[in-house]
Amino acid sequence: MDKPVIDIKNLWFSFNGEPVLQDVNFTLYHKEFLAMIGPNGGGKTTLLKLMLGLFEADRGEIRVLGQNPRQAAHRIGYVPQDVHINKSFPISVLNVVLMGRLRSGGSWSRYKKDDRIAAQAALEKVEMEQLKNRHIDELSGGQRQRVFIARALVTEPEILILDEPTASVDAKGQAEIYTILKELNEKVTILVVSHDLLALSSYIKSVACVNRRVHFHGAAEVTEEMLEMAYQCPVELIAHGLPHRVLRTHNGD
Amino acid sequence: MFEVLQFEFMKNALMAGLLTSVICGIIGTFVVVNRIAFLAGGIAHAAYGGIGLAFFLGLPYIVGTLGFTLFAALIMAAVTLKAKERADTFIGVLWAGGMGLGVILLDLTPGYNVDLMSYLFGSILAVPKSDLWQMLIMCLSVGLIVIFFYNDFLAMSYDEEFAQLRGVPVKGLYFLLIGMIALSIVMIIRVVGLILVIALLTIPPYIAEKYAQSLRMMMLISTLLCCMFTMTGLWLSYIFNLTSGATIIMVAVSAFFISFLVQHLKNKRLYSKAIGD
Repeated sequence: MDKPVIDIKNLWFSFNGEPVLQDVNFTLYHKEFLAMIGPNGGGKTTLLKLMLGLFEADRGEIRVLGQNPRQAAHRIGYVPQDVHINKSFPISVLNVVLMGRLRSGGSWSRYKKDDRIAAQAALEKVEMEQLKNRHIDELSGGQRQRVFIARALVTEPEILILDEPTASVDAKGQAEIYTILKELNEKVTILVVSHDLLALSSYIKSVACVNRRVHFHGAAEVTEEMLEMAYQCPVELIAHGLPHRVLRTHNGD
Repeated sequence: MFEVLQFEFMKNALMAGLLTSVICGIIGTFVVVNRIAFLAGGIAHAAYGGIGLAFFLGLPYIVGTLGFTLFAALIMAAVTLKAKERADTFIGVLWAGGMGLGVILLDLTPGYNVDLMSYLFGSILAVPKSDLWQMLIMCLSVGLIVIFFYNDFLAMSYDEEFAQLRGVPVKGLYFLLIGMIALSIVMIIRVVGLILVIALLTIPPYIAEKYAQSLRMMMLISTLLCCMFTMTGLWLSYIFNLTSGATIIMVAVSAFFISFLVQHLKNKRLYSKAIGD
């Protein structure tokens, strides 16, 4: 196998004295498509932020693209959770995407021409170029997520990290987003935090269950235990390699 | 009405109103989109302690007040960054503490009877020319800093984490922003009083946010609204012989509720239209 994209060894992290992550180990390789699942408060977002260098580990080591996370942060495209973003903020779709081209230090409020071209191209990739002059507030949840994906893409990332990209998106919008991700996965490594493992199961290549400890499952061998963690209700796998089915669905599938 | 413009004090008042509007339009926009109105209020009230300190120690207003206010503001900024969930309490304490300290220091200042009301509601009709120059310099510096770091401030205000990942020095910019807020407040309090500062920092940007497509548009609309409020307020206060600062506030507050009502009716009409279809 080639060089690891993300390599975590014996990582410990606590917040206000509360242990959040204990002895985390896993390795992610190039062009992997990893789903991170686990209960709320299990430490998924914390783990992401450690990888992004936004938090500092208590113990252990994280290497991202062979560098320490803070140095590698600009090589990661990050799509944060939608809920944290101020929806009434006066900004257009294009300007959100241009944020991905930001360089540090003042710029006399200008972007260069190639920044605009790159933003335009990223918007085309997620099929949002028609709406580029709209106020971000006028978009649906799914459209807004696509804009955030475009903003992450415009940074020309080697890894794409998404935190619950489909939390406020309807079923059709979810499928569209996953299709976009699948296409992107031909070039970049993708790591996605998600609750809907089922919707994701035909795209992902591996799964990490995060609940203070992390269990890494390569090659998408999605186990029953994992799905239980994701849904916290009994589920059964029908077969490997096929779409999985959850028992006790309400429409009696 | 126009004969009043012949008076030097009225010209100065209009000029002060105009400069205040530009500063409030720019800084207030950041206050509203970053949702730090409470922090701005805390700074404005803590400034009172600085006023007391300046008089007590016999320092020039700007030195004493700015020093103290900047110190209090940077403490508030540090607490907001370190412990967000505790920040509101902490700001409340500095808010009250600043005012208490200010009043006591003025009590202790021998032989000096300061008109406290003038710092609460300001005395825009008594602005000396020298203050106008200071405000002009302030206006230009804030303008240049904001234009230079516009994209960085925009990214920080919209999505702090993403900005940090792009290498924007978020912490430094946050302190710079809070510092600019403190500086603006100290400058403006002298002219319009601390209550009017809070009104002008929050009301125009709040209304502007609904109509603006970008942050700079929001700053522009806020500045224009701010201007409208101060001019209308000054004019009404002249005609009806009312306290100018309080009249400006009442104009701004009325506009706030009118805009609120208009928005409400608009939403309602959109809603019933959607149902009607």
